[in-house]
Parts: sequence; C-alpha cells; structure tokens
Amino acid sequence: MREIIMDHYSNPRHKSNPDGEGFISIHSSSVNCIDDIDVFLKEKNGVVVDAVWNGVACAISTASTDILCDLVLGKSVREALYLIEQYHHMISEEPYDAAVLDEALAFMNTSKQAARIHCATIGWDAMEKLLKEKK
Amino acid sequence: MIDPYKIRKDFPMYRNKIQMQKHPLIWLDNASTTLKPDPVLDAVSLYYTNETSNSHRGDYDLCFNMDKKVLETRQTIGRFLNCQPNEVVFTSGTTASINLVAFGYGAKYLKKGDEILLTQAEHASNVLPWYKVAEMTGCSVSFIPLDKDGRLTPDNLRKVISKKTKIVAVAHITNVLGYIAPVKELAKITHENGALLVLDGAQSVPHMKTDVKDLDCDFLSFSGHKLCGPTGIGVLYGKFDLLCKMEPFMTGGGMNSKFDMCGDVGYLEPPLRFEAGTQNLEGILGLKAAVDYLMKIGLDEINYYEEELKKYAVKELQKTNNVTIYNPKSEAGIVTFNINNVFAQDAATYLNSRGIACRSGQHCAKILIDYLGVVATIRASFYFYTTKEDIDALVDAVKNGGNYLDAYFN
Repeated sequence: MREIIMDHYSNPRHKSNPDGEGFISIHSSSVNCIDDIDVFLKEKNGVVVDAVWNGVACAISTASTDILCDLVLGKSVREALYLIEQYHHMISEEPYDAAVLDEALAFMNTSKQAARIHCATIGWDAMEKLLKEKK
Repeated sequence: MIDPYKIRKDFPMYRNKIQMQKHPLIWLDNASTTLKPDPVLDAVSLYYTNETSNSHRGDYDLCFNMDKKVLETRQTIGRFLNCQPNEVVFTSGTTASINLVAFGYGAKYLKKGDEILLTQAEHASNVLPWYKVAEMTGCSVSFIPLDKDGRLTPDNLRKVISKKTKIVAVAHITNVLGYIAPVKELAKITHENGALLVLDGAQSVPHMKTDVKDLDCDFLSFSGHKLCGPTGIGVLYGKFDLLCKMEPFMTGGGMNSKFDMCGDVGYLEPPLRFEAGTQNLEGILGLKAAVDYLMKIGLDEINYYEEELKKYAVKELQKTNNVTIYNPKSEAGIVTFNINNVFAQDAATYLNSRGIACRSGQHCAKILIDYLGVVATIRASFYFYTTKEDIDALVDAVKNGGNYLDAYFN
C-alpha cells in the first residue's frame, strides 16, 4: 500500500490542466495546510469521460486525488458518487464496500493520523461537489 | 543556569506525561504557542473559585480587589517592558494589538501619498492590517528588502525610507527565520525620517529582555499565550502621547467618561480608552502570573539557553545530511528546514507519529515563500523547558525521514 501511495505521488497520472472544452472545475484550499488544488471533471451522457487535477499538494493529497481520478474515469456519475461515499465511510472508520475502492484502500489507516484526514479527502470532497452538479 | 528538568516539574503537560501517538510528547512548536506552568493555571482558576467579579463596575470589596489586580498587572508589565503602567493596553493578543495601531492610528492619520514600510518576512498579522489601512486611506505599502540570509539591516531600511514613510512595521524576531532585528538602529533611522516604528514582539518578548525605552520603539505588541500565559490576552505598549492621539478601535462600556443623547461623547484617557467592554480578567491575572514566572527565571538566561539549543539543533541536524536548513545563522530558537525529498506536511505527520509536535507550512508568512523558494517548510521552535533530548528525538526522526509513510502503516 505504501508503494501505491509513493507511485501516485512520484508519478501522478492525472495531474494536469484540462485538455479541451467541456470541463467543470472547483478550487479547494485550506487554512490548516498547504494543499491548494483545482479538480476538473468532464461528463457526457451521465458518464465521467475525463477527470484531472492540478495544484500544490502533499504526498497524501496528491496520491489520493490521483487515485480518485483513476477510479471515476469511465464510471457513471451514480457509480462515482457511490464509491466516494464508500471512501468517506472508510476514512470515518464506518463499515464500507471495499470492492469498489481498489487502490484507494491504501488510505484505510488515515484515521490514525487524524490531522491528515483533510489531505486524504480534499480531492474527494471537490469531486463529489462536481459530480453532484451533474447528477 | 536553566535547568529544564527542574522547570518541567511546574508544567502539568510534562508532569501528566501527555503522549501523542503513544510517544511522550515532544513539544517543538513554541513559536506557535507554549505550555502553561502551575502559577498561571492557579491564577486563572483562582479568579473563578475565589475572586469572581468585574472590574471598575462596583463599590464592593471583590470588585475593588479586581481593580487592584488589574492595575498590579499593568505595573508588572511596566517593569517587564520598562514602561509606565498607563502605557499598557490589554488586547486579545498580538493580532488585536497591531489592528488597534493600524485602525486607531494608521487609518486616522495616514493619507494618499504616505507610505507604510514592512518586510517580506512579516507574519500575516503584521501585513494584512496595513493593507487594510492602505485600502482605506489611499496610502501605499512597500517592502524593505532583506539581505541574502533573510535579515533586515539598517542599511536596507536607509535605502528605501523617505519623507513619505509614516510607519515602519516590523517584527523584532521574525517567526519563520528567527533573526533579531537591530531595533535601536531601525528606530533611529525611522525617527530621523519623521516616521513611527511599530514593533511586532510576538516572537521576541517571550524569549529576550525587552526594554522599550532603550529600543525607542513607538508601539510594541505581544501575546500572552506565547509566553506561558493564557490564550486570548495580549498587550499593546504605546508611548503615552501617541496613545493619547489614537482613536479607539472599539467603543462601549468602560472606555467613555460621558455621553448624551445629542451624541456628545467623552472618552477616558489611555489605556482604558482602548479597553471597551468587560475585559478578559482571568487572562489578565494569568498573564501577570506568566510574566512573574518568566522574570523569576530571567529573560537573559532564557535567551542564552535558547541560543545554545539553536546551535546544538543546527549542528546535529546538519550531521544527518538529510535536511536543508533555511536559517542556520539566525539567533532565535527557531529552526526552519525540510527533510530532503519529503514534502513538509508529510514530514510533519511523520514527526507526529513519533510524538513530535512541529509546524509545517508557510507559518502565516505567505510572502516569505517567494524569498525562500520553497512552498512549505517545517519549523521546530524551542523554549526554556526544551531539552537536548527533545532535539535528539527530532534528529533521530529526521535520519529516518525517507520512510515518512511509516506514519500510515505502523
């Protein structure tokens, strides 16, 4: 799991500005930390056709946001919202559907470092807001 | 000679063996806030258990006693800073103190064409109030350049100050780099140009002797909680004639001498003019206890001890070959660094997993980041109860910094 986080931190796949038209975006930053990111979503006929993000972020927020983009790509808006909900359950130490979280399971211990919950969810909260606009 | 082990017996946070992440707490975030000794806690508690009353609101003994104690606190602060008791204004902290000068003096007297000088190393609370004054009055804000190490020098002030300059607002010790500003020389240059020197003492007053007469600053702000006192209490010192010229930032009870239905209002003399409403009385009493405690230990001793800790920390951290230190030469007990190839916030989480409290980020000095050329740093800051073992624990953690994700998987 450590390797998954380091891999997405060192080589994020979806860290870029949006390529082309039709994206909606949201800005997220915090008074408590350095993370300052934009998340971009492109949806067509109820399906996520592209998801990217960009900005300044630590290892945890970089990797978690990047994995999120991986997970929502090609999913329906409803499926994407479901997996984000399951992720939030995991972070809050509540029962969750592990089957849909794939690499995002690397963050299952976040609650032990409570100060980092924000880092592990900043991109997810942003994406959830974007998806709800398209629901 | 400071004996931190003996001193720690006065601090419940140490006595109670407080832990973080199942490790004994290693508190290295003293530039942010400090731990509290028994006399401070007792003074605060005593207000609620034996001394509850308002001040200057009644004719009975408890109230009289409270007035006396508030005055005694002003006298204590007067001895602490070498000023008169009536030059001591209670505020909620440094931020409120600087805002009081900015709005009470700056907004009243500055105008278009005037200039306020700051440095790039200032804390947000010594930048944003002045931006507000500029917005309100049309005056401008400029920055005194720092030298290559990040230090504010008299020469650099001389280069930019002019007859336009009305206020020079700088930190006595900067909160990220920890340099001690040459205040006496800065004050001289400032006054020669007809401007006022507004000093941010948040990081200096707790750590070194502050003599406002000798420094000749016009205003000085500090916070109680950074010198072992309660949160929510601080001080603005101002030369009395300047305080007299200042507008109250807040009006209300306790600060007026009279008012009628025609809007005719008389304000009290300073410092009461600036203390509208019921004051933070537990805070005032706790602040007195904290200042008494510091004076008993001795500010020169504290200053010397922290300088030694700083040298030790820089030496030991550099030995690891795993850090970049941004202020190895500065005097104050603040070390700002990064573990090589680890983002500051990830490093701070890793330190947390070892029980070490350090701050990561921009430390409220967001415009300094351009100067340092990094997005974020870790800051370890010391006080007179910090031990060499605390620093050893930090150094030991830094050696293994490459495994910072351990914080997640152990």
